[in-house]
Amino acid sequence: MSTEDTSAEGRVEGAPGGSVEGTPRTAQHASKSAAAIDRAKAQGRAALIGYLPAGYPSVEDTIAAGIALAENGADLIEIGIPYSDPVMDGQVIQAATTEALANGFHVAQVFDVVRGITSRTEAAVLVMTYWNPVLRMGVDEFSRRLADAGGAGLITPDLIPDEAAEWMAASDKYGLDRVFLVAPSSTPERMKRTVDASRGFVYAVSIMGVTGARASVSSAAKDVVAAAHAAGAERVCVGLGVSNAGHVREIAAYADGVIVGTALVAAIGEGGVDAVASLTKELSTGLTQEEA
Amino acid sequence: MVRLMVDAPAAGSDESPVDAFLHGARPKDDMPQGAPSLRHAPGPYFGSYGGRWMPESLIAALDELEDTFEKAKADPEFTAQIAELNKNYSGRPSLLTEAKRFAEHAGGVRIFLKREDLNHTGSHKINNVLGQALLAKRMGKTRVIAETGAGQHGVASATAAALLGLECVVYMGAEDCRRQSLNVARMELLGATVIPVTNGSQTLKDAINEALRDWVANVDNTHYLLGTAAGAHPFPAMVRYFHEVIGEEARAQILAQTGRLPDAVCACIGGGSNAIGIFHGFLDDPSVKIYGFEAGGEGVETGRHAATITLGKPGVLHGARSYLMQDDDGQTIESHSISAGLDYPGVGPEHSYLADIGRVSYEPITDSEAMDAFRLLCRTEGIIPAIESAHALAGAIKVGQRLAAAGNDAGGAAAGAVSEKIVIVNLSGRGDKDVATAAEWFNLLDQDSPEAEIALEGEQL
Ligand SMILES: Cc1ncc(COP(=O)(O)O)c(C=O)c1O
Repeated sequence: MSTEDTSAEGRVEGAPGGSVEGTPRTAQHASKSAAAIDRAKAQGRAALIGYLPAGYPSVEDTIAAGIALAENGADLIEIGIPYSDPVMDGQVIQAATTEALANGFHVAQVFDVVRGITSRTEAAVLVMTYWNPVLRMGVDEFSRRLADAGGAGLITPDLIPDEAAEWMAASDKYGLDRVFLVAPSSTPERMKRTVDASRGFVYAVSIMGVTGARASVSSAAKDVVAAAHAAGAERVCVGLGVSNAGHVREIAAYADGVIVGTALVAAIGEGGVDAVASLTKELSTGLTQEEA
Repeated sequence: MVRLMVDAPAAGSDESPVDAFLHGARPKDDMPQGAPSLRHAPGPYFGSYGGRWMPESLIAALDELEDTFEKAKADPEFTAQIAELNKNYSGRPSLLTEAKRFAEHAGGVRIFLKREDLNHTGSHKINNVLGQALLAKRMGKTRVIAETGAGQHGVASATAAALLGLECVVYMGAEDCRRQSLNVARMELLGATVIPVTNGSQTLKDAINEALRDWVANVDNTHYLLGTAAGAHPFPAMVRYFHEVIGEEARAQILAQTGRLPDAVCACIGGGSNAIGIFHGFLDDPSVKIYGFEAGGEGVETGRHAATITLGKPGVLHGARSYLMQDDDGQTIESHSISAGLDYPGVGPEHSYLADIGRVSYEPITDSEAMDAFRLLCRTEGIIPAIESAHALAGAIKVGQRLAAAGNDAGGAAAGAVSEKIVIVNLSGRGDKDVATAAEWFNLLDQDSPEAEIALEGEQL
């Protein structure tokens, strides 16, 4: 199933503390994210990926909203870990995660959220996290617990392959997807390196900026996707600023998946789980790949 | 690890002993034989610290900065530009002043103050901002952004931007803007725009977060002028490079004034820029003990402090792996200090490395120890230090007393030797900005005066 990982042997030259446990892979792990994207592809459409911050407004609500996402057309679900210093997030997500932390959210609860959704749906569930919470728990322990909870892998906004030796090893050991980001500013060399290190899909940042709703999709997104495909990525999904079915339709024409964050966070904040369900249904109408 | 020996930015070209030293006339036998040099560590890693824990979107900008910096270092035109600005704009070399009356309270050792407080804008910060602003120009950037806590780095950045004709935007926690309204006015007088940050804990770390968000969105025309020796590579090594002049001068000056190297060098640690600047001059002198003093706040046992190395654990924040004040979940813990410039839950990665290998000792100094030293320097030397620098002064008193005790233990014959012991303190800034805080601390204001009301809020008079 997974082919993007063939050259990713987890060791990045120049990285520090290179003494990660060398756990030789005994079996090829199937990528849950790749499988979910390929199921969508088989239906002639792009995959829909919805983001929700864990614990906003409560852990129970995140689980219920995750299930609603899956039942209304999302193929993959991205659960964010609230973090004190979210440098890649705009106002809406910052406000939500700050509230979750103020309500006492703890990192280990993310596994409850993942288990709560994976035990009830077919969706692939990834965790999106800044790196320090993972480091603090221990990369190996975090990975083991995520795999136990049925999680598909991690999306890592502030971890680049250059620093990922430990995560490369742990993700291989536990069969987790590692979704790195590529950006409009990525050079061809970095694009290649990041695509090679990724498994499941590559996250194409649509714009030079942070999360947040925007009126239109940046024209840069299409170029980033093309560059990632050219560098060998089989599955490239686009995120940042995607907020309505029109945006989804535009991106679905050239990408393998479309990632929606801020709009869903605003929906759960304003209208709860029902609002997430109806927005997901609405967004999914844009998925069918048409000629652009 | 490969360590390249490169020339630090030199001061003026007059042939004083200091200048001769700066131009390379260092006696050969000063270099320890065999031991690998700790100087000029190029990054990205300092042991297992440092690196680039950053969004991919910013990696190209960091690469461009690194490339520009490496080329600039090798370009005589750039080093001459820095030397000229240091001399004729900032007022370098800064003095090395012996503090004889202050030293009486430090066990009777000799204490010398490296007078970064005498630089233009009143602190060491100017060394770094001039260098980075010149690099911004070299990269063709027209806009610089900066974070600031109390406003010292913001004022320095606004100054460099005005001098070089760059647009300047400063991010500052909303609470700090209110408390330091005079520094906000200073930045605005210098033509900068100050943006209050209302996210998260509304402190310095959130100002850095907001500056990073701005940088991601505007990296085409914008340089992020980070104010301390922290952050993603190349910032720690680059910020140190621009501050190395402090240690180079201090080493030459102490040799010129006393004929020998000091027994100890002391500096305060916020993110660690003034400290790494002076430490660098002495890293390869094994006889020189080096001390970094962190903000112990209300006491490390209270939890209200900024003693990152003393009590933190390694983690990643703002682009580097380093010691970090964090909880069991890896969430950053808010720091506390009477000194806004030391009130940061992280620390530069080179300091974490120097701590681990034991080359530098890091210790906490409480608010009240720092304020005692603050008052002592005012009264014994006629110098009002920044409260940040007062942490280094308080540390120097302890170091002096320990040196004296060790000397006395060695027996009567050694008693005379105590007065031969030498401690250098980096006086990183002047205390004008801290007058209100100090007046409030020492109860110097009439109870019902408008000044007392302002000081209660921590504002400047
Ligand atoms: C006078 C002075 N000293 C020290 C510091 C601490 O910064 P660093 O540790 O980078 O020298 C500051 C920061 O604002 C400062 O203004």
